[in-house]
Amino acid sequence: MNTLAASDILNKPTDKVTSVPDTAQEAFDKLTETVGTPTVENPKMQTRNVNVFYGEKQAIFDVDLDIGQNEVIAMIGPSGCGKSTFLRCLNRMNDTIPTCRVTGQMSLDGEDLYGADLDPVLLRARVGMVFQKPNPFAKSIYDNVAYGPRIHGLASNRAELDDIVVDSLRKAGLYDEVKDRIDAPGTSLSGGQQQRLCIARTIAVSPEVILMDEPCSALDPIATARIEELIDELRENFAIAIVTHSMQQAARVSQRTAYFHLGKLVEVDDTNAVFTNPQHELTENYITGRFG
Amino acid sequence: MSALEKTSSSATTERVKASLTKRYAAEKRFKFYGIFAISASIAFLFILLASIVSKGLPAFTQTYVKLDVSLTADALGIPENATRDELRKANFSGVIKSSMRERFPDVKKRKEKKELYGLISTGAQYDLFDLLIENPAVIGTDVSMWFMADDELSAVIKSKADLTNPDSLVTRLSDNQIAWAKDMQDAGEFDVRFNSTFFENGDSREPELAGIRAALMGSAFTLLITFALSFPIAVAAAIYLEEFAPQNRWTDIVEVNINNLAAVPSIVFGLLGLAVFINFFHLPRSAPVVGGIVLSLMTLPTIIISSRAALKAVPPSIREAARGLGASPLQVVTHHVLPLAMPGILTGTIIGLAQALGETAPLLMIGMVAFIVDIPASVTDAATVLPVQVFLWADSPERAFMEKTSAAIMVLLVFLILMNAIAVLLRKRFERRW
Repeated sequence: MNTLAASDILNKPTDKVTSVPDTAQEAFDKLTETVGTPTVENPKMQTRNVNVFYGEKQAIFDVDLDIGQNEVIAMIGPSGCGKSTFLRCLNRMNDTIPTCRVTGQMSLDGEDLYGADLDPVLLRARVGMVFQKPNPFAKSIYDNVAYGPRIHGLASNRAELDDIVVDSLRKAGLYDEVKDRIDAPGTSLSGGQQQRLCIARTIAVSPEVILMDEPCSALDPIATARIEELIDELRENFAIAIVTHSMQQAARVSQRTAYFHLGKLVEVDDTNAVFTNPQHELTENYITGRFG
Repeated sequence: MSALEKTSSSATTERVKASLTKRYAAEKRFKFYGIFAISASIAFLFILLASIVSKGLPAFTQTYVKLDVSLTADALGIPENATRDELRKANFSGVIKSSMRERFPDVKKRKEKKELYGLISTGAQYDLFDLLIENPAVIGTDVSMWFMADDELSAVIKSKADLTNPDSLVTRLSDNQIAWAKDMQDAGEFDVRFNSTFFENGDSREPELAGIRAALMGSAFTLLITFALSFPIAVAAAIYLEEFAPQNRWTDIVEVNINNLAAVPSIVFGLLGLAVFINFFHLPRSAPVVGGIVLSLMTLPTIIISSRAALKAVPPSIREAARGLGASPLQVVTHHVLPLAMPGILTGTIIGLAQALGETAPLLMIGMVAFIVDIPASVTDAATVLPVQVFLWADSPERAFMEKTSAAIMVLLVFLILMNAIAVLLRKRFERRW
């Protein structure tokens, strides 16, 4: 099996969290219910009482969270807080980790994600994912974008496929930069362009939700600004959940923000509210930079 | 040179300086060991190749003797308008012998005659037969023809030795024979030509008639079977173990056993082939099909292990990307992982096949060591392979087989280089960057 060992994910440094002030730690220990409003009126995805285990170790505790239509929800928190784990459960990317176990309800448009009648392959076509490190296939730019539509049979002929590819590249804001070398290998692009290519590849399948796992952490500020702009544009058509280490980024791109701490969802609310008036002591500590 | 250098840090500087010379000396020594090792291996390789080539080159030429033969139907003992079968029974050797006697009319004694006849290869009669089949009109005429010389004579002529001084020759030719040879040489009745027989014939008891063709075809057929069986099975096994198999005790046991199999002596595989494929399944003895199966069993672990390493080396991010787009597990493998792992898999396959090509021991057990004259036309015909042919010729007493041995090794090496070249080409084609 060639999968990420669970320990790789769990061994992310968590020692920084030890500097949490005592009062905040106490408040966290007492925390049984998320502060703020985890639900929205018209949810695209819903999760209730989600617990995730890696073997014996529990990584996520009782998380309730909704992802609304056409919104960007940012998930922030110190390293090892479980935000990436939670994100990867949303399109069952954690399935390949043999020791990973998920309990609770997760649904997409009311359909149970872990139900017997939902195929993970179909789910991933509906819930796309963009990863931390740009990971284009060892194929041409065109084939990178065309890959998803091809395997799902979304285009009946070459012209339709061309349309999808061009349209996706346009939406990802990459078309003008690559239109002259669409047959060049995807790996020949710069880091920021590669990440936009990965986004184009994801939206070519026309998913309903896009999950982004720290999409800008490997990019320079200019490329990051470009991607953030893009995320804002994409909100028109997709629901987006983004995990980020940068609070500024969360503040810039998201409508709602969820703060995770040691596997618990501490606080979730409108981004403005979370950043200007955090309700929980831990959230306040984190966004004011006292730890994390 | 100023006081600045003599501050408190100077003690550290001195120490570092002192250790630096030591470190550089160690580095130099290490470099020297490396260069020495490489030049030693190059020297040994060169000596090996030089010895093989210098010994083997004469095998690619063959001395021919010019004889005037009179092909009367009477002498041949055939009726007019003889059929092919009647021609086959014709007395070719008698005709050749009489022309030899005509060439040297002084030879009268029985023993001397025998010596005289020994100068010409026994293959000469087949050349005559071929001539008559091709052109029956020559029957009844006198023709002047070039016949293959016997191996001892051929070796002496090829070496351009001085025939006037028989004592200087290392040969089994008698003094009489050397004198006759001198006479023929002076008359210009010898010719050294390219030895096409070596590439056209199978094995023979007569060195000048022995060729590499049967072994070459045997090796090609055997390797074909080996590749056809081991490559798909090994790659499928590697993909299953690496990408799909659950990690439990069973897969652990399988893994340990594959690693153990790679270390099993090859002759054991030969015993297995003998017991299972020949004695139980009654597959033909000495056949490339059995050899191929046995060798593919032997190469399977090698290819599986290297294929798994190649699959493991494909970055997990590629798998995640494909899975994230909704590719099924098999699509992830066939579209992305396998193409990226292909160069590594091919390298492993070529290493395995090269091993199989040079393997002798298991083939001895299944009878591919037999004396095979006919060139195999299919995988079920009796055959031998190049390394076994080398082994057989190295064992033969005739001096001419020594050069054949080296020549066979050269053919084996060329075969190997060709195989590797194909592998490099394929790898270049599959190589993609990510």
